Amino acid sequence: MHNNHTNEAYGFENKPLSKPRKHDRFPNLPLCLKGGLLTATMLTMGEAMAEYGLNFPEPAAGVAREIYGIHMMTMSIATILLVIVFAFVFYSLFYHRKSRGYEADQEFHNSWFGNWSWVIVPALVLGVDLTIAGKADAVLKSVWDVPKEENIMDVKVTGHQWWWEFDYLDHDIKVESRFVPKDKSGDLYLREVDNRLVLPTGVKIRFLHTSADVLHAFWVPELAVKKDAIPGYVTETWAELDREGVFRGQCAEICGTWHSRMPIVVESVSPERFAAWTEDQKSIKVAAAAEASADKEWSMDDLLAKGKGLYETKCAACHQVNGMGLPPAFPALNGSAIATGPIADHLNIVIKGKEGTAMQPWGTLNDLEIAAIVTYERNSWDNKSGDVVQPADVKQAR
Amino acid sequence: MSTTTLTHDEAHHHEAPKGWRRWLFSTNHKDIGTLYLLFALVMLFLGGASAMLIRMELFQPGIQFLDPDLYNNLVTNHALIMIFGAVMPAAAGLANWMIPMMIGAPDMALPRLNNLSFWILPAAATMLILSFIIPFFPGGGTQINTGWTIYPPLSIQVGMSMDFLIFAIHLLGISSVLASINIIVTLLNMRAPGMTLMTMPMFCWTWLVTAFLLILVVPVLAGGVTMLLFDRHFGTSFFDAAGGGDPVLFQHLFWFFGHPEVYILLLPSIGVLSHVIPAFSRKPLFGYKSMVGAMLAVATIGMVVWAHHQYTIGMSLGAVTYFMIGTILISIPVGLMVFNFIATMWRGSMTFETPMLFAVGIVLMFTFGGLSGVMLAVVPADMQYHDSMFVVAHFHYVLMPGAVFGLFAGVFYWLPKWTGHMYNEKLGKIFFWTNVIGFNITFFPQHFLGLAGMPRRIVDYNMMFTEFNVVSSIGAMIFGLSHLILLYIVIKTIRGGKKAESRAWEGAKGLEWELDSPPAFHTWTVAPQIK
Repeated sequence: MHNNHTNEAYGFENKPLSKPRKHDRFPNLPLCLKGGLLTATMLTMGEAMAEYGLNFPEPAAGVAREIYGIHMMTMSIATILLVIVFAFVFYSLFYHRKSRGYEADQEFHNSWFGNWSWVIVPALVLGVDLTIAGKADAVLKSVWDVPKEENIMDVKVTGHQWWWEFDYLDHDIKVESRFVPKDKSGDLYLREVDNRLVLPTGVKIRFLHTSADVLHAFWVPELAVKKDAIPGYVTETWAELDREGVFRGQCAEICGTWHSRMPIVVESVSPERFAAWTEDQKSIKVAAAAEASADKEWSMDDLLAKGKGLYETKCAACHQVNGMGLPPAFPALNGSAIATGPIADHLNIVIKGKEGTAMQPWGTLNDLEIAAIVTYERNSWDNKSGDVVQPADVKQAR
Repeated sequence: MSTTTLTHDEAHHHEAPKGWRRWLFSTNHKDIGTLYLLFALVMLFLGGASAMLIRMELFQPGIQFLDPDLYNNLVTNHALIMIFGAVMPAAAGLANWMIPMMIGAPDMALPRLNNLSFWILPAAATMLILSFIIPFFPGGGTQINTGWTIYPPLSIQVGMSMDFLIFAIHLLGISSVLASINIIVTLLNMRAPGMTLMTMPMFCWTWLVTAFLLILVVPVLAGGVTMLLFDRHFGTSFFDAAGGGDPVLFQHLFWFFGHPEVYILLLPSIGVLSHVIPAFSRKPLFGYKSMVGAMLAVATIGMVVWAHHQYTIGMSLGAVTYFMIGTILISIPVGLMVFNFIATMWRGSMTFETPMLFAVGIVLMFTFGGLSGVMLAVVPADMQYHDSMFVVAHFHYVLMPGAVFGLFAGVFYWLPKWTGHMYNEKLGKIFFWTNVIGFNITFFPQHFLGLAGMPRRIVDYNMMFTEFNVVSSIGAMIFGLSHLILLYIVIKTIRGGKKAESRAWEGAKGLEWELDSPPAFHTWTVAPQIK
């Protein structure tokens, strides 16, 4: 929760180790012209093909490489078949034309070929099918069967509307990962998050997928792992990263309004760096817990300052920075009955959520955080209640 | 073969009523066929407009003029309108017009049911459109931001517009099932003496199979959405794990309908092709029997591979292996169909009027879409493709050529029969080329977007995806606007044009071409004898 500065703290590279993608080579051309140029260059330049991402990015895990291989194989088979079909059709289109004076062969369907093609063609297609299915089956087993190893590292991936929660079950670390607005993420808009999923190379990692609300899907192309996050289900996938780098993906299953704003950023680091990172996360966590549980009366200003930051990361996606919400899906907090009514009701909805809506329970936040958020909501915009909610109040309300 | 002979009394009694009564109370298969086709045309433009809005929003990164929920609402509506409003009614329109004329029957077997199955549609369409616009009124709740798959729990969160959509689906389903019953009864009972099932025109066969598929799967969808309705309002927990239910159950119910639905959309167009390609190749359909067999195989296997739409839900290894192999095996009958079409063209004496142009386009592009379908069937590779723009590209390559272009081919092929006028061939060709080129510019680049990592159903994207989206959007404008040419051609042909002969095309075979163009209000009142 308080790991906003992971990357800076360790000086991890912010860029992928592979050659960075050029986002725009011709910044001054109108877009439509660029489209045309692109199509023209695409056909001639192999370089341009890599540049614009015509295929999957380079895999970063063993399983992903196998998947890449099977993709290339089926695509090659499909391309060859396509060429064969097109060749026959175009030959026929050219030669078997009335304008060339070609006389239709009325008995073609009664030839031996006509009589037996219903056996020959399916047999040929079956051969192709078995080739593909045979190869796929072998890869499928290694994708599907999560290795049964004692020291496999477990990461629970929980989808929320609209952020990801990563629980490192073996390290007792929790990372909340949210999209970064355009003014801060620039070119990486919709592909950048505040807190990355930091993972070590050379370690088998099991991902356990679930959801807190609606369906989501975890997808990072370099890992070639995609699995739906389903509320009430725990599904599993696995990967063993074999190179360092920053790999970006997005939520792949439609999950409502801000489906487009659920990027996933995996930062693959050496085991040593990963160990350092986990140590750091633990100390941050201990400090935060100590701060929250200290029997301290907080001043309104301190709570408001803390609350503003927390509100803008955790609440503003729906209720908006200006508190006006996006009705009717996301009600305004400014002047709302909850945020200006009894404190108990306000705490209750924050801690327990509201069923049947996107408002989830926020009970996993600590007392101080909830106190800060509620205080902020009751004293911002046009809400001027003057209420100060202390962590002790939250503790009582739970 | 005898021509249409009406006694004086019969002719008088069956005089077409004038004005709105003719249409509202119609029990005439030709009039109802026309109604279906006009309804589909209107829906085609509604669905097309929503698609063009989607592509305009995606023209550039950033959120330009559609808020995310409106965008997803349009995505939902585009699919539902096109599938249930445009393609299925258009195919039903062709069936109504052509089946009685092709099998030598005076009308459909159940004319009043026929009237009902059409007139449910405008009510269903009204519900569907209301589900789209109601959120814009005060107290209208939130928009349908789920996509046409309406998966819970997201669809539980949506406001009352979801209830309108559920009822619209019920009405559409009732209409489809009634129409299917009518078609099955007609085909099994009303064929001219001497016409056996194995000498029946191929279009009739495709519709026979389609109608059975509809009756088998539509009730499952109806059950699924009813359970959704109960979860939403009556406290049940069919799809809520917290109450002992299962969100994945809905996906199974949906795709048990949804996958055969693909073949429901596809098969009537395969039927059209089986007439158009022989007519313009001037030789008989290659492999009639294998075509029938392939179709039955597609329908049968197609019923039991639905979960390939759900590879990422965490099924067991055994289950995904089964669904993968089953899905890949569909390429055998589908491959045989495509092969038969190519073999029909082979050593023919081809000319390329508009219906034939569309037919050739289908053979080429549907093959392409089918092959990317084999790629998607491979489970490990689907871990990458799933829910990406690659899927969007794939199913448009299957459904546009496979379903819509087939319907276009049918409309151009039979328009002279229906209206008694030849359409303007030059305009028809212009329509074909703008349409097909626009289509390919729109959807071909989307394969690359998917492979590069762009998920589907997102309103806003990172600038790394800009170039292909720009190309795709430009293509979509060409593609969308090209349909105005179709509209113009259809209206112009209805109003006049060169007189069509009874056999409008040199190579056309079948009973329908022995009737006048346009045919009398009642045809085959005396059944023809088939030798």
